[in-house]
Amino acid sequence: MTNPELTGQPSAFDRKAHALLRATQSPSRTHRSASRKLARGLGWLGIGIGLVELLAARRLGRLVGPRGREALLQACGVREIVSGMGILASQRPATTSGWMWSRVAGDALDLAILGAAAAAPSRGGHPLAAMVAVAKVAAVDVGCARALRAQAHAARQTIDYGDRSGFGQAVESMREPAAVPTLSQPFEQPASRTAADPAP
Amino acid sequence: MKALCWHGRNDIRYDTVPDPTIQDPRDAIIKMSCCAICGSDLHLFDGFMPGMEKGDVMGHEFMGEVVEVGSGNHKLRVGDRVVVPFTICCGECEQCRRGNFSVCERSNRNKALADKVFGHTTAGLFGYTHLTGGYAGGQAEYVRVPFADVAPVKVPDSLTDEQVLFLGDIFPTGWQAAVQCDIERSDTVAVWGAGPVGQFAARSAVLLGAKQVVVIDHLPDRLSMAKACGALTINFDTESVVERLNELTGGKGPEKCIDAVGMESHVGATFDTFYDRAKQAVMAESDRPHVLREMIYVCRPAGVLSIPGVYGGLVDKIPFGALMNKGLTVRTGQTHVNRWTDDLLRRIEQGQIDPSFVITHTESLANGPQMYETFRDKQDGCIKVVLKP
Repeated sequence: MTNPELTGQPSAFDRKAHALLRATQSPSRTHRSASRKLARGLGWLGIGIGLVELLAARRLGRLVGPRGREALLQACGVREIVSGMGILASQRPATTSGWMWSRVAGDALDLAILGAAAAAPSRGGHPLAAMVAVAKVAAVDVGCARALRAQAHAARQTIDYGDRSGFGQAVESMREPAAVPTLSQPFEQPASRTAADPAP
Repeated sequence: MKALCWHGRNDIRYDTVPDPTIQDPRDAIIKMSCCAICGSDLHLFDGFMPGMEKGDVMGHEFMGEVVEVGSGNHKLRVGDRVVVPFTICCGECEQCRRGNFSVCERSNRNKALADKVFGHTTAGLFGYTHLTGGYAGGQAEYVRVPFADVAPVKVPDSLTDEQVLFLGDIFPTGWQAAVQCDIERSDTVAVWGAGPVGQFAARSAVLLGAKQVVVIDHLPDRLSMAKACGALTINFDTESVVERLNELTGGKGPEKCIDAVGMESHVGATFDTFYDRAKQAVMAESDRPHVLREMIYVCRPAGVLSIPGVYGGLVDKIPFGALMNKGLTVRTGQTHVNRWTDDLLRRIEQGQIDPSFVITHTESLANGPQMYETFRDKQDGCIKVVLKP
């Protein structure tokens, strides 16, 4: 199997990440839907990663670098889960965007932790590979958060409907104190409706 | 034919589905010319109403031309232009004879299920869960209309689709909400929610002679539309609803309160909205009744609460002690559309009101899935979406 990094070809992950980023960079309606779906996907991804960090911190520490920092990895896991739940629970672009930016901040923290692990003299695991993966996810997070922020901004633009009264005349002349039917009055069926046809 | 179909939470698709056929002699087939997305469709879109199945055709606000009529239907003819009320009614049961069309005893073909859930069945509805019959809805090129010799309203060619479309739901819904308040000339009517039903409820309260109409929301564009009909407005993001309503009524509260919000009240303004959202997330409560609580609290003793907003199941922490001790009257229900359509059509024909004022977006049916999101997220100043085939 060919290693994409050696051939210079984009990996499947890269292709998907670029496609997702493109989908978030336009404010068109189709892409609005794409960025919301992407955010939900990232929310689930965050919950999954968070659970791994929380439940398998020691093994993960050995794999990606920061050994002996299980409590720190577990704290990162809790942060990932909270962000993920926030994204999944939010209903409006503005709120979702806020949670996505919290993911971006978390990505920066992860990069800092991995950077420290890579620079440590007792280096172990694969912190550089982990940093590359986190950076790619961070790029997608930033694109998605920006797209959602743009949507939220568009939604905030106010349109003035002050000329849409719907009335045929000035409002004051539309008040009609005359008697109108009420629910407590017996209902009189129009003649056209009382012609009893056989029930189906 | 093409139709907008429900496939799950936040998943509406523009699908190809089988054409409808006449299944009963009283049926008619309507070729849809114009339909709309209703606020209550969003409860299905957001996954808060149980009883939907994948592939169900959405929509209960529609009109069009009659293209086929069953042999037992003596009211409609091919070529008639009709608006179809969202409630399906037989016209013959005891409730229909009393004009309580939304609780028709015969039109819900899943009556046994509704009997179990509600105690007694209500009417069948177009495109609105299998609890109300599982009938295919009107966001489709063609629609089968059961009991089509009863509810469809023939409309004159002199009026455009946009002027009459809302006779099928939101105009009569806003009207009934105001009528059941028994409005007097000295009344202050407070309307929660400046969406389409809230807009029509506010205008109906004006037409019925209310001294003062107050509309509560937090979206400036919707509040601007409410102001256009002479209503005062309260933005709950920037001011206290209770304090402002008391200010406007000499400290006594509004006599009449209308809930045009329903089960998905906005989360964020007050503590109880977070409480409801959290309970909803763990399925310990189905609806978010913040507006009900606020109405009960602020309404003047012996006042009326009118609730056209849709609720689907169970609500929590309702201050029933306040409701009882203040002697409030609660009136609610789906709209008895045909009870009001003759009067409202007359008002449109006479130029008293042009319901098309509420339309902010007109799109093709194919763009329906995206418009559900635009409407749900209240983007681009969206208040009412009309779809055309």
